[in-house]
Amino acid sequence: MSENTEHGTHSRGFYVAIGISLLVLTSVTVFAAFVNLGPFNPVVALLIATIKATLVVLFFMHVKGASEKLTAAIVVAGFFFLAILLTLSLADYLTRSWR
Amino acid sequence: MHDSQVITVEHEAHNPALLHHFADAQQQKNAASLGMWLFLVTEIMFFGGMFCAYLIYRLKYFNAFAAGSQQLSIGLGAFNTGVLLVSSLTVVLAVKAAEDGKRKQLVTYLILTVVLGLTFLGVKAKEYAEKFEKHHVPGPTFQFTETFNDNGQVIPLQADEIPHAQLFFAIYFAMTGMHALHMIIGCGLFTVLTVFAWKGHYSPAYFTPIENAGLYWHLVDIIWIYLFPLLYLISRHR
Repeated sequence: MSENTEHGTHSRGFYVAIGISLLVLTSVTVFAAFVNLGPFNPVVALLIATIKATLVVLFFMHVKGASEKLTAAIVVAGFFFLAILLTLSLADYLTRSWR
Repeated sequence: MHDSQVITVEHEAHNPALLHHFADAQQQKNAASLGMWLFLVTEIMFFGGMFCAYLIYRLKYFNAFAAGSQQLSIGLGAFNTGVLLVSSLTVVLAVKAAEDGKRKQLVTYLILTVVLGLTFLGVKAKEYAEKFEKHHVPGPTFQFTETFNDNGQVIPLQADEIPHAQLFFAIYFAMTGMHALHMIIGCGLFTVLTVFAWKGHYSPAYFTPIENAGLYWHLVDIIWIYLFPLLYLISRHR
């Protein structure tokens, strides 16, 4: 094909399969919400959400297999700084004594 | 003037979309992608601030947040999540169609994306209308007399926790409202792209706007992927 293809674009079937996986994971999230897992309910919900987000970033946003490796570094850096924001803010608020 | 027998290794002037400060078309594409990702990182931090606020107040006022969350419709929320996920699929298929040079397919997928985006916004409008009717909108009209379900026990909210329920709804409207604004912008973008695609502006040699608008749409979808469980699914087990 043209000399511009940096990586083999996946087939339509592959993208549809990823899409179906995302929908299945959404259903799992909803069903898991009704199961009593105690303190692990939000953990499971966020874990599944992270898996979904990872699938979207890697395959729908073409980060996996991209010819420019810097893209992946910037994506990771973005979420890393978000982690700093959340972690350090919580470290402040969770170590205050509530009234 | 194009001479197809010229060796394409050194001078890729054959691609009319190539700007000459780039070494080749691939590098130009990568630069455009990278620029878009840098913007998306700022969006992650932008919504991240609101997620941080949500997190801190949820930990502090869990009961009020659970009560507020149980007032939201899981059915509508889950349906909207599905709509956005399918729209992300149509976006990636649109990019693929552009890359393969299939104009009609490209236009079809772009139109589908806009339709799904508008569907999402329509459901959101219905949800907001319900909130207005129940007086769950923060402000002078706010009333919260709901009970919440905690492990099968139906518990009314204490009087001093009602402002905290109002806080939940303030965060709900702020985050979903800002998300909806991004959806509106996305729908506008994709409508413009549909018109240009129909006019034949895009080809396998140049479809960068489709790809970059696609990145934006995917990020807005990812934000909703996190918003749905955090807002709609607090303490739903019985």
